[in-house]
Amino acid sequence: MENNAFYVALTLLLNLDASLFQIVALSLQVSLLAVLIAALLGFPLGAAVAIWRFPGRGGMTVVLNALMGLPPVVAGLVVYLLLSRAGPLGEWGLLFTPGAMILAQVVLVLPILAALSRQKVEELLGEYREQFVSLGMSSSRMMPTLLWDARFALLTVLLAGFGRASAEVGAVMMVGGNIDGVTRVMTTSIVLETGKGNLPLALGLGIVLLTLVMLINAGAYLVGELTRRRVG
Amino acid sequence: MKKALNLLLAGVVSMGMAFAACAEDYITLASTTSTENSGLFASILPKFKDTTGIQVRVVAVGTGQAFEIARRGDADSLLVHDTAGEKRFVENGFATERADVMYNDFVLIGPADDPANIREAQSAAEAFAAIADAEAPFASRGDDSGTNRAELRLWKNAGVDDPDGDWYRELGSGMGPTLNTAAAMDAYVMSDRATWVAFGNRQNLTLLFEGDEVLFNQYGSLLMSEEKHPHLKHDLARKWHNWLLSEDGQQAIADFKVNGQQLFFPNAK
Repeated sequence: MENNAFYVALTLLLNLDASLFQIVALSLQVSLLAVLIAALLGFPLGAAVAIWRFPGRGGMTVVLNALMGLPPVVAGLVVYLLLSRAGPLGEWGLLFTPGAMILAQVVLVLPILAALSRQKVEELLGEYREQFVSLGMSSSRMMPTLLWDARFALLTVLLAGFGRASAEVGAVMMVGGNIDGVTRVMTTSIVLETGKGNLPLALGLGIVLLTLVMLINAGAYLVGELTRRRVG
Repeated sequence: MKKALNLLLAGVVSMGMAFAACAEDYITLASTTSTENSGLFASILPKFKDTTGIQVRVVAVGTGQAFEIARRGDADSLLVHDTAGEKRFVENGFATERADVMYNDFVLIGPADDPANIREAQSAAEAFAAIADAEAPFASRGDDSGTNRAELRLWKNAGVDDPDGDWYRELGSGMGPTLNTAAAMDAYVMSDRATWVAFGNRQNLTLLFEGDEVLFNQYGSLLMSEEKHPHLKHDLARKWHNWLLSEDGQQAIADFKVNGQQLFFPNAK
């Protein structure tokens, strides 16, 4: 019975002990903040690329799309070299702190949010263009309107970003260091327990992580449905 | 856009500081997976904190990577197991002091039916040679860790200069993952005793050879150079270093047991 991952997951959830709670809380804190920061930067960036015609726009679109496939461990390595004492931002002393993990996840999630929002906004712009022209609307005024009207599609984009952030392990392992009680999150705990050969516990933690992500997605879906209905 | 970027940087920095401020005094220690995975740190760090109030944040990586982290000035102290590498590190001026702290030993693990028959070996050299002769699958760390460096020395010692071929599998992973893989492919593997005793996924693997003196695995503590990295917490790191070597620290190491078995043997001079 103790060797059954579902049993382990259930016990973990039922006797939510302090250290597991801390790990779960830190995971959520890091990934949600990273997605929030990436959204504040990525949505306007995506909309800007969709709306404005500028030289190199096609290249920019390709780069954003390609960076969606950025391997987490590469993002981690880049942020590690930036934040290391021997690196350009070493003065900040951020390496092996949650701040470093947030930064690494922003780097990972930003291209996803920017590339997908660019596509959604561009589609919407196709529908709206004639209206905008007849109203004589400037490009900069279009951006908030388009982003707002694309909000339901952008919610899904946001969830894709959150999924990427909460599921990756390579980047946070490298820049956080998996320090017990400081930078240990769900995914790095799973790697650690696998390394110790505690496979049921590792899988149990995986089930806990999946359950959490599922709850967040369900919440977002409900909020989306309710507001959609109200808007009619 | 620039403004937003600055705002973001300010946000991340202040967040980092807020997180850092929660813990009063702390040092970052780069160490090996064997010390962390076995549970040694979980056992001795609270005792150190009780005495000094200093929290030790352990980044557990392979010895090669631990040296690299320290070389870049990202760790206040080092606790690793590659005496030759440690001495070089001091000679190259990155560390000012090195001291023996404790030892454990390496053991040879393999499938219970023991196709290379290393149970009968009289020495580690004989055991390694038997594996190479039988071309029995062997899982090597292959990650430039202290264990990996020791393993390569032991092959040389056995007269196998360059283990190579289908049977020799370099995995490029930590001790635990290497044991997992060895269990899955019924391969021989060399492990530090601590990780092996605490390991939970043995399947068909069992301990086949132990006890030769060349399998001795010495751990050393190093203090970083103040000249090279003035920003490090040298005072706190010295307290940690001294505590490890003190009677209290050595006792704490000896007191750590898994399933009633002592895993690390203090030997500070």
